Amino acid sequence: MNRISVQTEPFDIAAVQDKLRAGNPAVGALVSFIGLMRDINEGDAVSTMTLEHYPGMTEKALEAIVAEADERWDLMGIRVIHRVGELKPQDPIVLVAVASAHRGEAFRACEFIIDYLKNRAPFWKKERTAAGERWVDARHSDKEAEERWSE
Amino acid sequence: MIRILYFARLREQLQTDSERLELPADITDIAALSRLLRARGGVWEEAFSGPTLMSAVNQEVANPDTAIADGDEVAFFPPVTGG
Repeated sequence: MNRISVQTEPFDIAAVQDKLRAGNPAVGALVSFIGLMRDINEGDAVSTMTLEHYPGMTEKALEAIVAEADERWDLMGIRVIHRVGELKPQDPIVLVAVASAHRGEAFRACEFIIDYLKNRAPFWKKERTAAGERWVDARHSDKEAEERWSE
Repeated sequence: MIRILYFARLREQLQTDSERLELPADITDIAALSRLLRARGGVWEEAFSGPTLMSAVNQEVANPDTAIADGDEVAFFPPVTGG
């Protein structure tokens, strides 16, 4: 079963992983990626971060990415949770969990989903440093990470 | 009438998060709408002159050639930075 959520509340990583494989003995691999808030960006200490998104489009974009992963690989469940609102260093921001019979499919699908999410889902980070607030710029390396999936 | 949404840095730069616009007959795609908004001058000219803005039509990622029509929801925003 595939499911996506966009929420302000924290998520329970272990509970999400348990639920993804519960009752399905055919699952032989579960791969999770958890994106965390760092306390340093571009060399500056960051105290808090606010995540803005485009309600409606965000959910559609995440559903489209999950559907594409499900089509490319043989999977047994995908769960994506992305937080919005105010976050502090060490807070989990995003969880991508993928279940499959064997590890190869789950590893590849998990990386594909986060690479696509970073370039296609309408989220924006604004961070607070000692000098004030600033919007985080998109990274060229994220674009390259997405493009290698279409090579 | 179309609805236009602005997000993140762009929303702050323009000091508005949305507007409704009577779509002129000659504005049929994202490129033409961007030119129309840029022609407002000031911060609009600055914001819509760069090559980096992304857009969406009816909540799907768009490009300059994407068609727009009456009733559409159009959005402009900076490159995304989630994850």
